[in-house]
Amino acid sequence: MTLVRAHGVRKSYGATEVLRGVDLTVDEGQVVCLLGPSGAGKSTFLRCVNHLETIDAGRIWVAGHPVGFVLKGGKLHELPEREVATQRRDIGMVFQRFNLFPHRTALENVTEGPIQVLGRRPADARREALELLARVGLGDRGGAYPRELSGGQQQRVAIARALAMKPKVMLFDEPTSALDPELVGEVLDVMVALARDGMTMVVVTHEVGFAREVADQVAFMVDGAIVESGAAREVLDNPQHQRTRQFLAKVL
Amino acid sequence: MASEDLQVVPIRHWGRWVVGALILVLLAALGFALADARILYEDVPGFFTHEIMISGLVDTVVLAVCAQTGAIALGVLLALLRRSPNPVARWFAWGYIWLFRGLPVLLQILLWFNLALVFKFISIPVPFTDAFLLHEPTNILITAFVAALLGLGLNESAYMAEIVRAGLSSVDPGQIEAAKAIGMTPGKTFRRVVLPQAMRVIIPPTGNNFINMLKGTSMASVIGFLELIHAANRISSGNLEIMETLIAAALWYLIVVSVANVGQYYLERAYGKGVR
Repeated sequence: MTLVRAHGVRKSYGATEVLRGVDLTVDEGQVVCLLGPSGAGKSTFLRCVNHLETIDAGRIWVAGHPVGFVLKGGKLHELPEREVATQRRDIGMVFQRFNLFPHRTALENVTEGPIQVLGRRPADARREALELLARVGLGDRGGAYPRELSGGQQQRVAIARALAMKPKVMLFDEPTSALDPELVGEVLDVMVALARDGMTMVVVTHEVGFAREVADQVAFMVDGAIVESGAAREVLDNPQHQRTRQFLAKVL
Repeated sequence: MASEDLQVVPIRHWGRWVVGALILVLLAALGFALADARILYEDVPGFFTHEIMISGLVDTVVLAVCAQTGAIALGVLLALLRRSPNPVARWFAWGYIWLFRGLPVLLQILLWFNLALVFKFISIPVPFTDAFLLHEPTNILITAFVAALLGLGLNESAYMAEIVRAGLSSVDPGQIEAAKAIGMTPGKTFRRVVLPQAMRVIIPPTGNNFINMLKGTSMASVIGFLELIHAANRISSGNLEIMETLIAAALWYLIVVSVANVGQYYLERAYGKGVR
């Protein structure tokens, strides 16, 4: 089943076109890695998938719904922000700079969505949050505030916070780029485990090793368009496009 | 001789001794002068707990708290308008702040108090009927308390709007994105994520302003509102012990301000969670 389908996505900031017709399909349970040089539009595209950015043309469907719109009487009606919020429940997102709520403990960060958005009972949300924290290896740090945690620990809490909403798909926006090199591994390990458990994931990353290990599909983006995509090993081991080859030669 | 055996002579701060001594001498002189002044200190406690003084104290605190509370609510609203994507809303909020921050509080209090000169009645008609939701003589509605509340509160709301705006701007946009990403509505994002973090920036200047507000209530004495200074004047008009009654009022101001300081300390601690 197709979970995410992007078709002809275009976006400009003023006169600069940052996305020039991006097409991407992600099936349920698939892990898709978006690779490419900085400024290629990978992060912008990812942010369009949960409507943090609006698109100028094209369409993005997540779990059968057009993101940011509702289909009524053969027309797409733009949704107000509070209804977009409902759509976003199905789409987890992990940010480059973690963006944990600094005024809440790790545990409170994870329970915030279930209690405030899904209306779960605090006791239930707490129990599940503790399980999730244990799953990312932080079962004993629930009471810590974000500033008391290392970058890698913060990012793992952020992953648990996104998972707590039981999303259908998880978006990762360069989740290890802001980390000290020795902390990258602990976050990637959590993501690998998540992929193995069958989570549908779209990952913007520079970690080619991660892509090789877990990605079902790799899409290579340059200048706002996907120039090459396919099975991870094909694209990574036998790149066809010249820009893909150049990029891989640099990062490997 | 080995260097570890050498005696160490710490630097002598002679200047500090001189300055310290000078301050103590001046304070002593002031103390002697005040002790010798023609002030009937033994009368101060009586004025301090005088019935009129206590009623002035209550009115001062009630006016300050009401005006500040209203100003905070209006200030949040105005700050949101100033940050709104709607240009009319932005323009209105800018103009409001320009007007109410630009006029002296005393002038605003006098304008409100004399409103009856230009509007005999204050009416809220029910549209398309002859009925009224409210139709009262301005003289009855605008009491000294209401005029002072409007004068102080509206002026303060303009300041609060800027304080709140600064607080909201200080919150990392990534926080809003994170809240959106877990499906929070704009209202919940504001209440649960943005405002609690903005409070760290909002509270210290608000505490400052509230102390100003407590003292600013004294301006309401010109329109006959019985706050602390008016109360002191009323007591002294009978016995002419002006200094003694003013000292009693001064003590009350210092006590109320100190209590406000303590409150601010606890508020800052509550909103500083996870940061300090």
